[in-house]
Amino acid sequence: MAAHRRLEVSEVGDVTVVRFVDRKILDEASIQELGQELFMLVETEKRKKLLLNFAKVDFLSSAALGKLITLDKKVKANSGKLKFSNIRPEIYEVFAITKLNKLFDIKDDEADALAAF
Amino acid sequence: MSDHPWTWRTEKSIPSETGAGQRVLEDVLGQLAAQQWGEHEVHGVHLALEEALVNAIRHGNRSDKNKQVHVACKVSPSKLWVQIQDEGPGFNPEEVPDCTEPDRLEVPSGRGIMLMRAFMSRVEYNTAGNCVVMEKERRAEAG
Repeated sequence: MAAHRRLEVSEVGDVTVVRFVDRKILDEASIQELGQELFMLVETEKRKKLLLNFAKVDFLSSAALGKLITLDKKVKANSGKLKFSNIRPEIYEVFAITKLNKLFDIKDDEADALAAF
Repeated sequence: MSDHPWTWRTEKSIPSETGAGQRVLEDVLGQLAAQQWGEHEVHGVHLALEEALVNAIRHGNRSDKNKQVHVACKVSPSKLWVQIQDEGPGFNPEEVPDCTEPDRLEVPSGRGIMLMRAFMSRVEYNTAGNCVVMEKERRAEAG
């Protein structure tokens, strides 16, 4: 498995659980790096079931949202499933304003998300 | 506007690099916290300023180190006013497509201005489209 700087990656059954290392996903270089690490899970490591746990994240800009949208496309192209969990209210508000809560499958916590795969 | 009892103001020209934008942002957010703004409002202002600064640095000045971004900001316990101007050619914000339309939901860019409008009380661009003025008025019930 490749080393990850922006992500903590673990496996629960056949689901890859991804936790973010950074509380704020802000500067361009970090967002690029984050995107590459996420895309690698799908494109190189061919992981089909991805759960992104946002518990640590308390700030997400539109540039980071763009990476998540691209990730969603890659997962779908790979016939996989992507779910999000543990999104704090301030972050959920960003998903709701942009209506991305309709695009992404968002669950309250990791157990709910794991049960939904 | 001018007779509002502002308690802090700053005016800075910064190079077109995101690190410089972060330092201005931290100053402003520090002031909001010092003036007892609520956590939720500070988060909204943070996001709006982040988006506006990134727009000015990346899209306006195209990260050209020879161009600067001019930031002016005023803060009081009840109001924030900020102006961010870049040295780029400007754009027409009305031409940015609505990414909440179902057929555009999967387009990975174009949400910055939407977030600015959602979290601020007023967002206005000049005619050239290279200067944005944003205001945030605290709601009476905000803590």
